[in-house]
Amino acid sequence: MDVGQLQRSFLEYTASLFRDGFLDGQFSQLQQLQDESNPEFVFEVVSLFFEDSEKLINDLTRALDQQNVEFKKVDAHVHQLKGSSSSIGAQRVKNTCIAFRNCCEEQNIEECLRCLQQIKHEYLLLKNKFETLFSLEQQIIAAGGAIPTVE
Amino acid sequence: MASSSSSSSSRGQDLDERPHVLAVDDSLVDRKLIERLLISSACKVTTAENGQRALEFLGLGDGQHTNNSVSKVNLIITDYCMPGMTGYELLKKVKESSNLREIPVVIVSSENVPTRIKKCLEEGAQEFMLKPLKQSDVKKLRCHMMKLSHPCNGRLCIGR
Repeated sequence: MDVGQLQRSFLEYTASLFRDGFLDGQFSQLQQLQDESNPEFVFEVVSLFFEDSEKLINDLTRALDQQNVEFKKVDAHVHQLKGSSSSIGAQRVKNTCIAFRNCCEEQNIEECLRCLQQIKHEYLLLKNKFETLFSLEQQIIAAGGAIPTVE
Repeated sequence: MASSSSSSSSRGQDLDERPHVLAVDDSLVDRKLIERLLISSACKVTTAENGQRALEFLGLGDGQHTNNSVSKVNLIITDYCMPGMTGYELLKKVKESSNLREIPVVIVSSENVPTRIKKCLEEGAQEFMLKPLKQSDVKKLRCHMMKLSHPCNGRLCIGR
């Protein structure tokens, strides 16, 4: 594929992520903060998010595996995940967290476990999407092009 | 801010004159974001992961005596929900200190809780902002920063 095609693919793919609700306006903010002096900003923040989320998901799995589940603790982890997903514009993950917090409030173990599964699912989906996106970016750069800015 | 009408340097504001912001948040993602937002708004940034570290930086840590590091910070922006010391508790400590109380403190939170907002404003917070932070939010902050080191003589600044 030539640079032009790669760039078009990149724009189309990004647009689809917004269209399908994976990303919201906050992600655009991140893109706007990326420039020549900080060309890797989005990649860096998203990477931090995934590192952070993996830890939180592990903590959640452990917390829900206890004999006596401490719902306050579970809620605290979900609150953190909700915050970071909101900060990068990861809309679907964020919305799943909101539902999760309701289950914590109701202290419903089954529902919480279901929410945890959903979080894991959304997290993996998003991770895949970003891997594709970053791969497209790398291909554009390798082909000598510039990553188009999305308006 | 130079009072003379000398030509502006092509490099923009002299590095030493950039307002210095202390940003406090336990979330690594949020610290990275606020740091980038502030730097792209021509500020110098120091981040702290909790209230204790923030106080230490300000010279108010346990066993410390307040010193001149104080005057270097033009604004403190802190998350509300943090384990250990909350942003509200940090705000209180800053406002209780004779050396630090003049520093504007902005509280940020992901939750829009009117009683929480009221509490913070009553305790002397300059402003309360909702997360996630955007570029337009940071532009608003600049107004508060200028007030400290450069009184806005004759300049209208809408907001608290």
